[in-house]
Amino acid sequence: MTGFYTLLYKELMRFWKVSFQTILAPVLSSLLYLLIFSHVLESRVEVYEGVAYTVFLIPGLVMMAVLQNAFANSSSSLIQSKITGNLVFILLAPLSYLEIFLAYVGASMLRGLAVGLGVYGVAAWFYGPPPHVSLWAILFALLGSALLGVIGLIAGIVSDKFDQLAAFQNFLILPLTFLSGVFYSVHSLPPVWQFLSHLNPFFYLIDGFRYGFFGVSDISPYISLIVMAASLAAISGWALWLLKSGYKLRH
Amino acid sequence: MTPAIDIQQLGKRYGALAALDHIDLVIQPGEFFALLGPNGAGKTTLISILAGLTRPTHGSAKVMGYDVLSEYRAARKRLGVVPQELVYDPFFTVREMLVIQSGYFGIQGNDAWIDEILYRLDLADKAHTNLRALSGGMKRRVLIAQALVHKPPVIILDEPTAGVDVDLRQSLWQFIQHLNQEGHTVVLTTHYLEEAEALCNRVAMLKQGRIVALDSMRNLVRSIQDYTLELRLSTDALPAALTAWPVHHDGNLYSFKIKDYAEIESVLSILRTSGIRILEMQLLQPDLEDVFVNIMESVPAGAS
Repeated sequence: MTGFYTLLYKELMRFWKVSFQTILAPVLSSLLYLLIFSHVLESRVEVYEGVAYTVFLIPGLVMMAVLQNAFANSSSSLIQSKITGNLVFILLAPLSYLEIFLAYVGASMLRGLAVGLGVYGVAAWFYGPPPHVSLWAILFALLGSALLGVIGLIAGIVSDKFDQLAAFQNFLILPLTFLSGVFYSVHSLPPVWQFLSHLNPFFYLIDGFRYGFFGVSDISPYISLIVMAASLAAISGWALWLLKSGYKLRH
Repeated sequence: MTPAIDIQQLGKRYGALAALDHIDLVIQPGEFFALLGPNGAGKTTLISILAGLTRPTHGSAKVMGYDVLSEYRAARKRLGVVPQELVYDPFFTVREMLVIQSGYFGIQGNDAWIDEILYRLDLADKAHTNLRALSGGMKRRVLIAQALVHKPPVIILDEPTAGVDVDLRQSLWQFIQHLNQEGHTVVLTTHYLEEAEALCNRVAMLKQGRIVALDSMRNLVRSIQDYTLELRLSTDALPAALTAWPVHHDGNLYSFKIKDYAEIESVLSILRTSGIRILEMQLLQPDLEDVFVNIMESVPAGAS
């Protein structure tokens, strides 16, 4: 297990050494969303009865930060190592594909959760802590960071260049997170868009996470949990298969 | 005795191109082995397969008896590879990198050995310097240190002295020779043939994915019978008796191809009787470079 711990440690140090950029910067941008949207919409929108818009928004922003940063960590680490060539140090070592998978995903989860906690902490300081936080919130934060860590791993493996990875991020991850119900409840949408939102895996993460704060959600958290656990299992299977086959890593 | 490296019928194809074509090669423990060949001959592909970076299309490769695919963990623990590219991780210092690399190989508390390789590679005062800040030669030494953290019995160096200045080259070779004397099997590729000749005891030459020569250094160098007799003469016209001799000249500097020492005497006596004075004389022994050129030119492309 020393190999796994070392790779996990190396991956953690990689973002920790530049934490200004990898943790503080995303916390700040989430805070900006919060300030602007709450200023504009606070008095006009009430999504759940008795829940102020800002309070509704905070869990969504926290989850969005978790997802985007979990994805950014594994994908950027891998593509950087591939392009600079230092991935060879990992490939030469007697690390199993499972160790590589767990270390990259583990580090992504920790980065995502660290940023999420940062956003949560700052929001709670500005707007007061939410009435209660249940285990559901923690469960969905863990699931979401793991899922995006794995997707980031796959994106890092498949991409050969930075712009391919950027396309992945800008045309897939960003729209899916923005359209997942971070800023609104999907119940407020016309039926077609409601249906499309249900095809977006990130919707279940945001919705389940929000349930952990308000006990209210667009769909049952049990359904969200099942959908997410199944997605995580499927996508992890794919990532493990890519690592095992050496796709784009070992010629 | 288990061979250090055991390669059987190894092949690698990229589409229609055979980068390696049915290679058989056994290297015994303790050998200092040179893998030579022009660019694109398949040297790096061969090393990559041994290191697990490339998957062979057919055949098998073993390091200290362990298959590089089915027993990759055991095989990689016994192998240290110094890659050709000058790669490094810009997030870490030299020492951090060596501690991390030890961890990848399952080794904790490797400080004593890390200190020793830092000292022996003259990196001790750079231990806490970030890798970004090191010169090319220093980065090369760190790559060698990284390949040694797990004390591998087999060490492969892919052009370790490419782009390295003379001083460092000397000290690197001394270090590598020392490792070999300690019992490590050393396999290297290089384009500096005189270095290979001075250090290695056995050679394989590759051309277009095939081994075209495999022998001890001594036998290979002896396989060429031709000596070269270099003479600077007082005239730049040869006597008629010598015009039929295989000769090459540049002004009044003549290079005669000589099969054995007796021929030297005949050349000299013809010159003496023609009244030509010898200003300078040198007898050149055949070296690995002659063998290399000879073999690369004589083996037709795609021959088996």
